[in-house]
Amino acid sequence: MAADLVAPPERSSAKPDEVQGRSIWQIAWGRFRRDRAGMICLGVLILLVLIAIFAPLICHLLGVDPYALDPTAIDTEEAGKPIGPWGGASLQHPLGVEWGTGRDILARLLYGLRISLLVATVATLLTTAIGTVIGIISGYSRGAVDSIIGRLMDLILAFPFLLIILALSGALTERITSLGVPEGNASRITYLILILSVFGWPYLARIVRGQVLSLREREFVESAIASGAGTPRILFREILPNLWAPILVYATLTLPAYIGTEAVLSFLGVGVLPPETSFGLMLADSVKYFTIIPSYLFIPGTVLVILVVTFNLVGDAVRDALDPKAGRL
Amino acid sequence: MSGYLVRRLMLLVLMLVLLSMAVFVLFSLLPADVARLSCGKACTPEIIEANRIRLGLDKSVIEQYWVFVKGIFAGRTYPEGGGPAALVCAAPCLGYSFRKNATVLQLIGERLPATIWLALGAFVLFMVVGMVTGVLAALRRGRWQDKSIMGVALLGYSLPSFFLGLVVLFFVIIRWKLLPYPSYVSPFENPEQFFKTMLLPWIVLAILYAAFYTRLTRSQMLETLGEDYIRTARAKGLPERTVVGKHALRAGLTPIVTAGGLDLAGLLGGAIITESVFSLPGIGSLAVSAVVDPDLPVLVGITLITAFFVIVANLIVDLLYAAIDPRVRVAA
Repeated sequence: MAADLVAPPERSSAKPDEVQGRSIWQIAWGRFRRDRAGMICLGVLILLVLIAIFAPLICHLLGVDPYALDPTAIDTEEAGKPIGPWGGASLQHPLGVEWGTGRDILARLLYGLRISLLVATVATLLTTAIGTVIGIISGYSRGAVDSIIGRLMDLILAFPFLLIILALSGALTERITSLGVPEGNASRITYLILILSVFGWPYLARIVRGQVLSLREREFVESAIASGAGTPRILFREILPNLWAPILVYATLTLPAYIGTEAVLSFLGVGVLPPETSFGLMLADSVKYFTIIPSYLFIPGTVLVILVVTFNLVGDAVRDALDPKAGRL
Repeated sequence: MSGYLVRRLMLLVLMLVLLSMAVFVLFSLLPADVARLSCGKACTPEIIEANRIRLGLDKSVIEQYWVFVKGIFAGRTYPEGGGPAALVCAAPCLGYSFRKNATVLQLIGERLPATIWLALGAFVLFMVVGMVTGVLAALRRGRWQDKSIMGVALLGYSLPSFFLGLVVLFFVIIRWKLLPYPSYVSPFENPEQFFKTMLLPWIVLAILYAAFYTRLTRSQMLETLGEDYIRTARAKGLPERTVVGKHALRAGLTPIVTAGGLDLAGLLGGAIITESVFSLPGIGSLAVSAVVDPDLPVLVGITLITAFFVIVANLIVDLLYAAIDPRVRVAA
């Protein structure tokens, strides 16, 4: 950690007497690049994201299909149990097939990765946007607005979030469908993203508010006010650029948390429905069969853990790079 | 101090009022088929209408809220105004579940012991484990002890609760048969079976939560250990145990207590996942069953009780600050 505090050696070809200014991003990237674990995880992460994006292509190349039923891979006389060990693993189905339908596990895993990443990424972007805007407004405006927003945040944080999500899922998914989103999984995914964002923003808003409280007393804000800048300009052109570091750190740590939450929600039956799938759904399905076919539990579970761990490690590395003084938390 | 306490208590009441209103508004956003949902499969329009009146759903949300609040302090009857066949729900009445034919308070009361035992056991475990490993990691900073503790903590932090629960269930109970399949009994009835049932849920929750406290304790310790007064304490020859325990840890304890209080409160509202995985009859599994088999009064009741725990915990934590940290007392 201590070494991180020292700026990386200059490798530019600039003349020695020419002072080169470096932005916080260049400094942070320099630190990040020397964090070996962080770089490896970033590589793994990029790979996973590419796999998710190109899942249809990969499945096509491997000759697997997440939706195709394969009656030849299951034993209809044994209630649809996959034929062969390891859940019917074969050359045709490298990770086995689903009980009862014979759908390919590998292909479903790749498509599940897509859904999990989609939900977590969009929800993180939304959470970050809402949290940043409300946090800035709350921190900059003194008095009534600040305390109303403060109480609202306390209120949201006091809610048993999981319970509310479960309770409202049916009704709100219907609402979303009636607003014009295609019925079924599109509505269910929209619901997941919206509800994660609605309950997630206060955490970031609190952090941003705290930062703005001290930033608004700084000279550059005073000078902006003196030169007649309007409030929106001060908020989003003067103050916001100073907040990117904590916002980015928060976002990189929220994403893995949302991947986990999405899995939990799908596990409890709120997420996507078959024939689509996600990690949580695959794990929920595994409960019925994992005493007989443990790979149903361990394959999606392991991938899920790897995904969350790499995201967390990258998040830690980003934090170390942007804010070396802050401890890992 | 007493002025502060009064202000805080008033704020607490205000929060509870706002919260109960928010819960009411949220649940009233649901399409108006609650009456239908609460009458089961063999349902006729007449039964729905009767239910609507019995549950007081024919009134506006504001009126419903008023009846609900009155019920908490003065009890209520179904239908309102009494009658020969009216159901009486004595104060404090949180509602009545026509699905289960019991008051919500009764239902929660039945499920509360399992949840409290689960929460308390896990709380003690994860606080002790988290703080001990956190202090160890901070004292051995950068060495292999630190690295391995932080590595394990990262894994614990990243494990989804239900996956960990299922894996433990699979190996310990199904494969290795080290413990019988969980079946909750009161510790006063059969202590042995109680411990055999609770051991795994406790450990699973402790692993998930301890990781956070390890990280938090470590970063707090690293901060306080760098302070000048630690050097002073060492220089004046205090034993290392006193320096670490009394000077470093105590000074950094505030955020740990905050997080701990809120986590305990959250757990008292039911650990939904852990209770479902290990089939414990707690508040969490009651909540899940009230979602699967829609039972609105139960959901409202559990939401309010859980939020109540969190708000009260917030207050207690703030008051504890003063006890732990003399600097807060001076400032107040």
